[in-house]
Amino acid sequence: MILHAFLIAMVALWLFPLFWAVYSSLRPISDTIQHGSVSWPSNGLSFANYQTVWTQADIPYFYINTLVIVIPGVILTLLLASMVAFCCTQFSWKFNLIVLMLFTAGNLLPPQVIIRPLYWVYLNTPIPNLGSIDIGKFSFALFSDNNLLYDQYIGIILIHVVFQTGFAAFVLSNYMKTITKEITESALVDGANVLRIWWSVILPLCRPALAAMATLLFTFIYNDFFWALVLLKTGDKRPITTALNNLQGEFFVNNNLIAAGALLACIPPILIYILLQKQFVAGLTLGSTKG
Amino acid sequence: MVGVPLTLDLVLIWGPTLASVVLSFTNWDGIGPVTNKNFIGLKNYQFLFSGYTLFWPAFAHNLIWLAWLTFIATPLGMFFAVLLDREMRGARIYQSVFFLPVVLSLVVVGFIWELQFAPTDGFINSVLGISKSSNVIDWLGNPRINLFVALVATSWRHVGYIMILYLAGLKSVDPSLREAAKVDGATQVQTFFSVVLPVMAPINVIIVVVTAIEALRAFDIAFIINQGKNGLELLSILIYSNTLSEASLVGFGSAIAVILLVISLGPIILFLSRAMRTLA
Repeated sequence: MILHAFLIAMVALWLFPLFWAVYSSLRPISDTIQHGSVSWPSNGLSFANYQTVWTQADIPYFYINTLVIVIPGVILTLLLASMVAFCCTQFSWKFNLIVLMLFTAGNLLPPQVIIRPLYWVYLNTPIPNLGSIDIGKFSFALFSDNNLLYDQYIGIILIHVVFQTGFAAFVLSNYMKTITKEITESALVDGANVLRIWWSVILPLCRPALAAMATLLFTFIYNDFFWALVLLKTGDKRPITTALNNLQGEFFVNNNLIAAGALLACIPPILIYILLQKQFVAGLTLGSTKG
Repeated sequence: MVGVPLTLDLVLIWGPTLASVVLSFTNWDGIGPVTNKNFIGLKNYQFLFSGYTLFWPAFAHNLIWLAWLTFIATPLGMFFAVLLDREMRGARIYQSVFFLPVVLSLVVVGFIWELQFAPTDGFINSVLGISKSSNVIDWLGNPRINLFVALVATSWRHVGYIMILYLAGLKSVDPSLREAAKVDGATQVQTFFSVVLPVMAPINVIIVVVTAIEALRAFDIAFIINQGKNGLELLSILIYSNTLSEASLVGFGSAIAVILLVISLGPIILFLSRAMRTLA
């Protein structure tokens, strides 16, 4: 009884900030100003704040920006990380542990430690400009529209992929090391090449781990703030998290609008959480319980 | 197959790490090439420790951040895990609620808590009835308290994260161990401290590492609240503001990066030594 009372109190405490954000987002600001923020709604609740944010702050546009970064980011990370994990667990070579350590440790570094030299690399690496695909007001640069990595989708995707590969390679290695090496060895004897074994033998066996990692990586990359803050300059290319921060000063003139914007930004991760909670939790714990 | 990812990792992660170390011995301002003339020995470090007024406050804030997570947020997450690790009605719902903030971006977490703590129309001051009075508490602006607002916001997310990690560990404890302890007449508390906790050693290390790394990486929430100024200075913020703002004190900022790197190596090495033992 006491236990449940305690837990229910905690749950209320945990949910309250979210509830409050929802409540604020549904109130017209005139109502809040007149009656104070802690008061019953006198003019009813509405989605007007959401409408304002959605259209005037261009939220759909930033959703698309985010997806353009997150989807390739997740796929490439899984491909590279599974290659690393495959090579480091299915073959015995001299440096496989060291390689794995480099990847894992790299992911544990605070990003700020590397940011300034990375910024330099991004400003000094020539990248071909292959034009862009224009859909409506959305212009997706193929490779680079300024011949740099800086301020480009490709640049921000690249750092996510490299940074997250460190984490994903570690987790996938933990998973793959439970697969017996004999599978790879006998496939090699049968004349299959290494890439083929990776793609059609090992990856299918890792499907649960890959699904868990995909869910987790989606959320990680979606939620990133720092890389996009530094490596993207143009508002046009920013994902929704950094866009929100910019809007805080310019567009979000009141807290009710801020609440609506923040809640819109967290709809995709919350959907993922509701639909794929098992995968998400599995992804987080795969690396820890076996490691 | 390892070549491509490894090259990228070396060029984009480890190369820049080394570059930060080298740059910390220079006065490079980010313009033009680094030449011999730029090397100034340990001057950046000297200034850092004795002249730069923001360094020790930022260092202290990181320490407070670490202490708060270690002694408050992490134990609370572990406590939730222990409570929920049993057959009980609603356990899944409780778990889902505590875990919910973990999926949210720290930017959103920051915004959501600003709505609580905003001085004039935030929930807390309104409920206290001081939002319009002259003794309004400036939760976000007062340098003596805004760090704790950031810590509350960050804990909202950290507790659920730790809870999930710890729950996974608890579930992997062999139930027969507890049975045996019960048969021997141990209380629940005794069983936890002398049977469960020791078996959980590997997960405890992960929890320590996660907590330390989170404290060293802290950036987003402080930046969202006030760009990490006025009471919210952190080492990560000082690196950002020195190397990437208009002042462009790249060499000096890199010295701060090196300090942060050296501190981070502690938990990183602890983690690797554990993890690689099981991977080998």
